[in-house]
Amino acid sequence: MLKPLIDIHEETAVPRRRVLGGVLFWAAWGVVAILGGVLGAGMLRFLYPRALYEASKIFKAGRPESYKVGSVNLVTGRGVWIVREQEGFYAILAKCTHLGCQPIWYEDQQVFKCPCHGSRFYKTGINFAGPAPRPLDRLQITLSSDGRLLVDKGKTVGMDYILKA
Amino acid sequence: MNIFVQMWRSIFRTGFSDSPVHRVFRVMGNFIFHLHPARVSKEGIKITHTFCLGGLSAFFFVVTAITGGVLMIYYTPDVDKAYANMLDLENVVPFGMFMRNLHRYAAHAMVIVVPLHMLRVFLTSSYKSPREFNWVIGVGLLLMTFLLSFTGYLLPWDQLSYWAVTVGTTMAENTPILGAKGPFSVLGPETDVRFLTLGGTSIDQPTLIRFYFAHCIGLPGALVGLMALHFWRVRKAGGISRPL
Repeated sequence: MLKPLIDIHEETAVPRRRVLGGVLFWAAWGVVAILGGVLGAGMLRFLYPRALYEASKIFKAGRPESYKVGSVNLVTGRGVWIVREQEGFYAILAKCTHLGCQPIWYEDQQVFKCPCHGSRFYKTGINFAGPAPRPLDRLQITLSSDGRLLVDKGKTVGMDYILKA
Repeated sequence: MNIFVQMWRSIFRTGFSDSPVHRVFRVMGNFIFHLHPARVSKEGIKITHTFCLGGLSAFFFVVTAITGGVLMIYYTPDVDKAYANMLDLENVVPFGMFMRNLHRYAAHAMVIVVPLHMLRVFLTSSYKSPREFNWVIGVGLLLMTFLLSFTGYLLPWDQLSYWAVTVGTTMAENTPILGAKGPFSVLGPETDVRFLTLGGTSIDQPTLIRFYFAHCIGLPGALVGLMALHFWRVRKAGGISRPL
């Protein structure tokens, strides 16, 4: 005996109510996911401030004639050494190339020593002992228009860079 | 009924009447037995099977949480005050040195005991099914323990903490992908993971407040959540694992 046509129709067709219900279900979860994503992304962005209240990377370091020939001078608060040699000036970033501690200049031994893990550097900044993988960063040093030394911590220069005196 | 009698009886959730079945309810159905299993296998309580290492980890966490909460009363996460606050805790506040040392030693003990617990679980094969995912949660707990230890290190704001965090965050700077100087780096020095932890490019006030938040709220919150999950899964897997 054949079944009535109407029964076959009911078995294969998806009811409208079910389709709408499914759409609403996933739309609701979509809204939740979007809100969560926005909140999460907002939280992550929140951790990066727009303004930093840090010391400027560019600073003036006094008149060239105030530096004695052969001296290594730490500019306190800036973490930079200004070295005065016979031929001129160079600036070294006082940040160990191993893990970022501040080395100390030993005038009697003419070396920089890092107190954290014992790296040592010559006066030029070249590493010769300990775990430091490369020489200390040398920074751009120029003369400003008012005749004072101008150091830019944002610009590293080659090991042969010297500001002629 | 007298109001005081009613208040007293309200304490006993499973009924007050003094019948044998209610006595059993009071013993077996209370909060302590919700935390601690009512039934433990004979082999499981053998001291040489677990050495109590998981319990000790939780115990040291409770000690650090209580003493740490007390220490917060005298500590301000301000670069001009933090070090002086720490000295005051040691020299001025009654029992301040005691609380600080309890916090410190319990933290050290936690860093020692948590990996030992992990070693015990490994050696007794207790990480096997159905406890595989609980091992993963345990790795999260180990990570939280280390991060709590690291963030707490900065808070005294002395030379040791300053340079230790310098070293630690320079390591973060050299992380693959996430660090600005690491292999396969994609983020610059003002977006990488070091910047995120320091709140800037150098260790300063923003760093201290970030570490303080992480040490007092963020990490303990995550740790408590993971601990709840960890203990619940231990119970659902049939309690402390026993020799097969």
